[in-house]
Amino acid sequence: MTTLSAPLKSWPSRQPIVFLILAAVAWLALYQTLNPAAEALVAALPVDRASHLGGALQFFLYDTPKVLLLLTGVVFVMGMINSYFTPERTRALLAGRSEGAANVMAASLGIVTPFCSCSAVPLFIGFVQAGVPLGVTFSFLISAPMVNEVALTLLFGMFGWKIALLYLGLGLGVAIVAGWVIGRLKMEAYLEDWVRDMPKMSAEFEATGMTLGDRIEGGFSAVREIVGKVWPYILGGIALGALIHGYVPQDFLASFMGRDAWWSVPLAVVIGVPMYTNAAGVIPIVQALLAKGAALGTVLAFMMSVIALSLPEMIILRKVLKVRLIATFVAVVASGILLVGFVFNAVL
Amino acid sequence: MDIKVLGTGCANCKATIALIDQIAQAKGVTVKLEKMEELRDIMAYGVMSTPGVVINGKVVHAGGIPSRDKIEHWLAAA
Repeated sequence: MTTLSAPLKSWPSRQPIVFLILAAVAWLALYQTLNPAAEALVAALPVDRASHLGGALQFFLYDTPKVLLLLTGVVFVMGMINSYFTPERTRALLAGRSEGAANVMAASLGIVTPFCSCSAVPLFIGFVQAGVPLGVTFSFLISAPMVNEVALTLLFGMFGWKIALLYLGLGLGVAIVAGWVIGRLKMEAYLEDWVRDMPKMSAEFEATGMTLGDRIEGGFSAVREIVGKVWPYILGGIALGALIHGYVPQDFLASFMGRDAWWSVPLAVVIGVPMYTNAAGVIPIVQALLAKGAALGTVLAFMMSVIALSLPEMIILRKVLKVRLIATFVAVVASGILLVGFVFNAVL
Repeated sequence: MDIKVLGTGCANCKATIALIDQIAQAKGVTVKLEKMEELRDIMAYGVMSTPGVVINGKVVHAGGIPSRDKIEHWLAAA
């Protein structure tokens, strides 16, 4: 295995530009063949294309390779972009800025700065220690999980670029406004004492001399790590979505997830917060729900609350924040999500 | 050599420890492998993204599972 993969790994590094061009061409060619391939596969099976089973199968056979292909492409590119934005560099960019514009910057950096969810707390302390204002730190922490490349790719793949952009804009909006509000509330006193008492430190960072080849390596390892981890969720989600597509009657969900039921948005948030799933499993199901009459605002609110506010994260944050600050954080973000849900149901 | 893995106990941190242990055994290098889970201690090293790796008191890695090549390189330098 290692002897086989060693030369494969090294030629993209030696000829990075050639590799990127060839990879892009191969990817596009593959993408073009998806729909004909899925139809041909269903036609080859002894199933009526117009039947429930036929519909479910076509949905599964078309969506699975499409989503996985899109995800691999986007995660690879994001892995390369991520290598420009280490957490240390992001902190240096944000240190000592005043609120307002810095909230916008922090929310945007949240999208491109890589860190695993268990680093949220060390990151939080590191930011506060270096003099990044509390509200700006929160803008970063809210946008980072909510606007991630997996969620955006799935939304783009299953709903098109309009919904994906909308979600991007709304996610950034909630992160910016919620962070700003938390900053205005002057809640520094509700950091745990040992965090407040930590010595202040400078936010310098060493620039790493990475080549384009190194960044391609970063793209590969992001694909291995992220796509390797989420594909079972995507498969499960798409399979469940396919069943809903094929078998749940039209407009069945409209009665309790439709836009006429005003209480459906808060209910979606209340159900969403304690759930700990990731975007990869939720979005394929969401697509099927929408087709069966659920309202977009309700569904978006559900998705955002599942991704942005999770119980395990709150428990980890408790190590550095006092209960009152955590409660404020949840309340502010949940209100933002509620507002998004109501506005969408009213407008669309 | 004295290796510390900094991390709050997530899956990546455990995988990092297991990988270092496995490579050290395969290479026959004796290492003192230690886990640091207390946030205060992690922050004292100035590491924000976990898992981090500290060898003989110096931070050599942060933010993800280190690659096999990297670990072999560290162990060879000992």
